[in-house]
Amino acid sequence: MTRETPKGSRLRYLPRLLLIIPVLAMLWVPSYNKLEPALAGIPFFYWYQLAWILIGAALVLIVYLIEMGITRRT
Amino acid sequence: MNATATIIFVALFLLITWLGFVAARWRQADLNLLHEWGLGGRRFGTMVTWFLLGGDLYTAYTFIAVPALVYGKGAMGFFAVPYTVLIYPALYVVFPRLWAVAHARGHVTAADFVRDRFDSRMLALAIAATGVIATMPYIALQLVGMEVVIGALGFPTEGFIGHMPLVIAFLILAAFTYKSGLRAPALIAIVKDFLIFITVIAAVVVIPARLGGYAAIFAKVPQEKLLLAAPTGESFGAYSAYTTLALGSALALFLYPHSMTGILSSAHGHVIRRNAALLPAYSFILGLIALLGYMAIAAGVGEDPAHAAGFARYGPNYAVPALFLASFQPWFVGVAFASIAIGALVPAAIMSIACANLFTRNLYKEFLRPDCTEAQEAQMAKIVSLVVKIGAVVFILALPQAYAIQLQLLGGIWIIQLLPSILLGLYTRSCNAPALLTGWAVGLATGTYMAATQDFASSVYPLQAFGVTIPSYAALYSVLLNLFLAIVLTPAFNLLGRQGLAAADR
Repeated sequence: MTRETPKGSRLRYLPRLLLIIPVLAMLWVPSYNKLEPALAGIPFFYWYQLAWILIGAALVLIVYLIEMGITRRT
Repeated sequence: MNATATIIFVALFLLITWLGFVAARWRQADLNLLHEWGLGGRRFGTMVTWFLLGGDLYTAYTFIAVPALVYGKGAMGFFAVPYTVLIYPALYVVFPRLWAVAHARGHVTAADFVRDRFDSRMLALAIAATGVIATMPYIALQLVGMEVVIGALGFPTEGFIGHMPLVIAFLILAAFTYKSGLRAPALIAIVKDFLIFITVIAAVVVIPARLGGYAAIFAKVPQEKLLLAAPTGESFGAYSAYTTLALGSALALFLYPHSMTGILSSAHGHVIRRNAALLPAYSFILGLIALLGYMAIAAGVGEDPAHAAGFARYGPNYAVPALFLASFQPWFVGVAFASIAIGALVPAAIMSIACANLFTRNLYKEFLRPDCTEAQEAQMAKIVSLVVKIGAVVFILALPQAYAIQLQLLGGIWIIQLLPSILLGLYTRSCNAPALLTGWAVGLATGTYMAATQDFASSVYPLQAFGVTIPSYAALYSVLLNLFLAIVLTPAFNLLGRQGLAAADR
């Protein structure tokens, strides 16, 4: 790969483990197949999944910022 | 015919037609080079890539079909949301790597990458052919989306006169794609997104207000549709279907040629990473659009005789157009419908360009005219893009809508078979081409067979294992088999190769 491949530790890719979280949350269907608690009239099943879109995006952003920070310092 | 809506619709259409032609001058370069025409010169920055990928990923068919599924099947239709949550980590981790390799080695398509990585023309051919064949029904379905809104405007869609609007739209699309290549949909995507965002924001604010709030909307949906059916002792039921539909669709999405095109046209790897954080905005909109299916139920459009003809002709796909007709002022109906129609044109353009890239690089140049000049290459691509679009229009006009949908289901099952080659190709050198080819062939056959057992009406296959039924997306089952074979057969083929048989592949 390009200059992002470190000569040193692979640990620099550790932040990416955060990205497993949204994957697991979404795959674990029994945890959200319910109606309560509702939010603003929207049943749990629906608003929970919508919320995970935003959480997932936030996590990607965090990983991106961390990795950019690491690259700059290397 | 709804005059006000139609006037606004046509006006917006003229706007994007103009943009499509003007795009040729944007970041001006020689459009007789394939990478300029077909990849926009590989210079698209973060924001343009965001619009382009968004235009790619969120198509008119998505905006019509997802709510249609929620309208008809309830909670199961919402799989599109977890599917989008799963995409972005994959986009972030895997695709910048592909971009880097493609950029360094001058690859324009995924098949280029595979050819180079595995030194196999046959494997590259398999990849290219699968890409082209899986995309064509998808293009046709965009036109279906356009046809539904044109029908909703009040135009008859039968017979010669009825098909004129669609044909005209197609001609416009064909002309500016030919002229400007990828720059055209990239530029138009900006207008498209603006229109879609305002339509959706208006829809999720205005319509619930008219219907008495979200609680009231959900109250009108039959209970059994609101949630997934819990698994019984004998079957994992809706749970495994939902999960695998999400997972399988997420794995398949970026394998489509048009997603590849969107990715490979970025200026840099971190454009892709940034987009992995920014594109979710589209997913959120998609989630809201899915809820429109329930709003259509609550608004009672299915029972309204004014929409009976539309539902008779287009089935649940008519839910969103009917909802908009019932909820918005005519001028805004024009805006909303234009957003859907333009939302069809952008991906249709990108998909046809992607198919053209694949065909030209990996079929024409590879097997037919290896010594063609760059100008001939680009010219070929322009013609192929035209042919692909003509094919899609003919398909829509000649065949019943249901066929297009079924072919698209299959397309998803086919395209996912590219996963082992691309993924393994990116991360390891250890798999070999014959094993991958075998896996691809078996995966294709198995997946198609599974869909056939459901009469092509559903892509969820109820696998019987250990006394339990596990209904899952056929694409996922077949690609797992594919992957398994690729890994397990590699040592066997390596042995054979050492006996000189692999030379036949070159």
